[in-house]
Amino acid sequence: MLSWPILSVTTFLPLVGALLIMAMRSDGEFESRNARWIALWTTLITFAISLILVWRFDPTTPEFQFIEKRPWLGGTITYHLGVDGISLPFVILTTALMPICIIASWLPIQRRVKEYMVAFLVLETLMVGTFVALDLVVFYLFFEGGLIPMFLIIGVWGGPRRVYASFKFFLYTLLGSVLMLLAIMAMYWDAGTTDIPTLLKHGFPRGLQTWAWIAFFASFAVKLPMWPVHTWLPDAHVEAPTAGSVILAAILLKMGGYGFLRFSLPMFPAASHDLAPIVFTLSAIAVVYTSLVALMQEDMKKLIAYSSVAHMGFVTMGIFAATAQGVAGGIFQMISHGIVSAALFLCVGVVYDRVHTREIAAYGGLVDRMPFYAAAFMVFTLANVGLPGTSGFIGEFLALIGTFKVNITVATVATLGVIGSAAYALWLYRKVIFGELTKPSLATIKDLDYREIITLGPLVVLTILFGIYPKPVLDLSAASVAQLLENYEKALGAAKSATLLVH
Amino acid sequence: MTEIPDIDALLPALPEMVLVVGAMVLLMLGAFRGERSATPIHWLAIVLLVAAGVALVLLPPGNLTAFGGSFVVDGFARFLKLLALTGSAVAILMSFDYPGRGTQQKFEYSVLILLSTAGMLMLISAADLIALYLGLELMSLALYVVAAIDRDSVRSTEAGLKYFVLGALSSGMLLYGASLVYGFTGTVSFAGIAKAAREPGIGLVFGLVFLFAGFCFKVSAVPFHMWTPDVYEGAPTPVTAFFAAAPKVAGIAMFVRTTIVAFPGILTQWQQIVVFVAIASMALGAFAAIGQRNIKRLMAYSSIGHMGFALVGLAAGTQEGVQGVLVYMTIYVTMTLGTFACILSMRRDGRMVEEIGDLAGLARTKPTMAFFLAMLLFSLAGIPPLAGFFAKFYVFLAAIKAGLFTLAVIGVVTSVVGAYYYLVIVKIMYFDEPAKAFEPMPHKLRVVLAVSGLFNLLFFVYPGPLIEAANAAAKSLF
Repeated sequence: MLSWPILSVTTFLPLVGALLIMAMRSDGEFESRNARWIALWTTLITFAISLILVWRFDPTTPEFQFIEKRPWLGGTITYHLGVDGISLPFVILTTALMPICIIASWLPIQRRVKEYMVAFLVLETLMVGTFVALDLVVFYLFFEGGLIPMFLIIGVWGGPRRVYASFKFFLYTLLGSVLMLLAIMAMYWDAGTTDIPTLLKHGFPRGLQTWAWIAFFASFAVKLPMWPVHTWLPDAHVEAPTAGSVILAAILLKMGGYGFLRFSLPMFPAASHDLAPIVFTLSAIAVVYTSLVALMQEDMKKLIAYSSVAHMGFVTMGIFAATAQGVAGGIFQMISHGIVSAALFLCVGVVYDRVHTREIAAYGGLVDRMPFYAAAFMVFTLANVGLPGTSGFIGEFLALIGTFKVNITVATVATLGVIGSAAYALWLYRKVIFGELTKPSLATIKDLDYREIITLGPLVVLTILFGIYPKPVLDLSAASVAQLLENYEKALGAAKSATLLVH
Repeated sequence: MTEIPDIDALLPALPEMVLVVGAMVLLMLGAFRGERSATPIHWLAIVLLVAAGVALVLLPPGNLTAFGGSFVVDGFARFLKLLALTGSAVAILMSFDYPGRGTQQKFEYSVLILLSTAGMLMLISAADLIALYLGLELMSLALYVVAAIDRDSVRSTEAGLKYFVLGALSSGMLLYGASLVYGFTGTVSFAGIAKAAREPGIGLVFGLVFLFAGFCFKVSAVPFHMWTPDVYEGAPTPVTAFFAAAPKVAGIAMFVRTTIVAFPGILTQWQQIVVFVAIASMALGAFAAIGQRNIKRLMAYSSIGHMGFALVGLAAGTQEGVQGVLVYMTIYVTMTLGTFACILSMRRDGRMVEEIGDLAGLARTKPTMAFFLAMLLFSLAGIPPLAGFFAKFYVFLAAIKAGLFTLAVIGVVTSVVGAYYYLVIVKIMYFDEPAKAFEPMPHKLRVVLAVSGLFNLLFFVYPGPLIEAANAAAKSLF
């Protein structure tokens, strides 16, 4: 085993970087430059360390690895960290996107750079911590703590309606989460611990399962977000600075899906099975309805935000189908969406920095002046549509197959929704990229500079790579997913035979 | 009859005696040396409070009793006494450099705080209804005067008068309740009441309700909270800071000890009352604070809400619940004192300003102060990983174990509503355009703010000791 606590280092290294930046005492331009470089190096080193995790990770076992356990709150609530095949992809996604976010904010953020970088680094610690926590209270601490930096990021560096958006984001998510907190407490008294590996083996009584499932659902459905509690997302996305939107779409939303996979499905199998129709219905509505809403948008970021809600619909559907394809598809879709939506927001950021508007109508014919941009944007648009050969296809396809096995109606409705996603994504692309370049504000617009190529390039590669060769991600999680489903079936079988015995 | 008690028997009350005797000496000193001696007397008062704390720590371990069992020093009392002493000492520390009249120039100020702190310690240790009333009145009478200490200010005298009239009324109710309880159980000692009160008779419950009315007034819980916003706003700010911390600790201590020790037999009866009071306080604290523009008034509603949360732990009526209350009060005191250190630093042109809008853009004019205040506000809102989250965590944990699900759900929902107005202050500090900068923060306030801010920020790193101490203290009541 490793002699140093690699997960703690990955989690808290960004915090060290944030302290370094805070400790810096200098003025003006020099300070901003230092803050940017420290932030960049911190995130890069964190990413490098997280790659060690992948390297040493044993994908053949479903057990938690790199375990760290220390006494913390007294009693059975401990500081317990570890990763398995379900959480590791999200850890890597987080650490990989952070340097990109920092680079993307290099020039656009000129005001209060130091605070901005501190907020982002603190956020990274909290996000990684959420995925590696193996104790419910520790998980909740990281999960909720992320609200504070994100609130400040939207509120300080956001657009004109930033105050409204930041409050809505904060209060919506908080309301969902406090109910989960109560469920965590109830679970603590039932099982005597908040240790996740122990809870995964603990069979909760039927009544508690339902209530706790609903409470967890309240939190994760808001976070993910699912229709009809998604309304905070378009506001938050539109007002947040580019990198804020990237983090929001790529990682914060995934916490909801991760929560379903880590808690709802394995800990409350009976409740998940019984309440799955609700999730299916909401997911199908989300896919169709938000696709239609996206068609009506005039703001580029808002359109992508609604498309995120639609894509998350596939994720919830796949997860609660509880089939091998469905769950794997859900995980893959989350990773893919993390890459693609991040890239799309970066693409919006590129033109926003030049023209300072996100109105779709203000653009047109960009392909004439920005060929590289048009090419990159095309890859992501097609991935967003779910075209075979891009990562978007694999996730949606697997999730749909998984759902078909369980519920044909829902899967059919959702498949129709894919048409909607093609409609809005291609419509957006045509309006922005093609057509005559007539707007005077666009006449002198420049193509991607090297900084933007650095941010978008890796994402283009990953989108296509995972579209052709999805094996690395699927293999990473395969063993854990298999075990999750095995336990799920076992618990359901036990519950069923118990009911039969009663009758 | 005239037997002189053995001096050793008085040992458990040593901290109280230190304070009372010290207060007398300081009063003499002040009376002879005049107004000039105010500052040294303030310092000496802090020294006395620290000395009382040291005396408390050095007392022999275990449960000590004095005065025929009406005065106990157990783990619970030690814990809360230390907290109350800290609150009082910091309140005096924060009253130096106050530009308004009333606190700094008047030596009576710290003498009165010493006397009221002695009352608090008495109250925390009280194990029968007579001792409880004595402690309560000693604390309250000093508080009435402190509220009106700026006697040339209409607002301050109004605050003092209001507090006095309402406080006297509530004391009367408490006394009436105590007499009913005595009448129906035949004893004033908590242990005796617990033995006698196994069945909920109508007279006993009647007395209990009146007793609770008095308690609720002292901890400013709904529906006896009306005095709080006016007194908080009217009193000079250092006095408000003092009111928000130590007396609340003593009030909660008396509430918890009486209910848990004297009335375990009629738990279902008092539990309903506490549940109602907790819900009403949390809801009123959350909703009424939204419209406030004056930060002291806002803190008043915030403290009403926080008392509601603390009472959630009491409502559980279990050892976990008491542990939750103790954790809650400790963290509440640190948050409140830190926040008031900021409010006391809101000065422009030699005058105090009190509007929330005056904090506009503080993040740019005074980044460090804004950062700590923001963290304290998030902590007050109960957002993890700050200390305020753990405070709420433990009280709700107890409520869930006791099966009080409705209370818990309403509680967490009101905490979300409450988060709104704390966020508004953060928004004003961080999102708005800067107003004119405040004057530099006095050093003593800086220290208070830094200590409480860091405590709240870093509590999650090593929370074990406080949780364990609270657990041990709670155990001593059961």
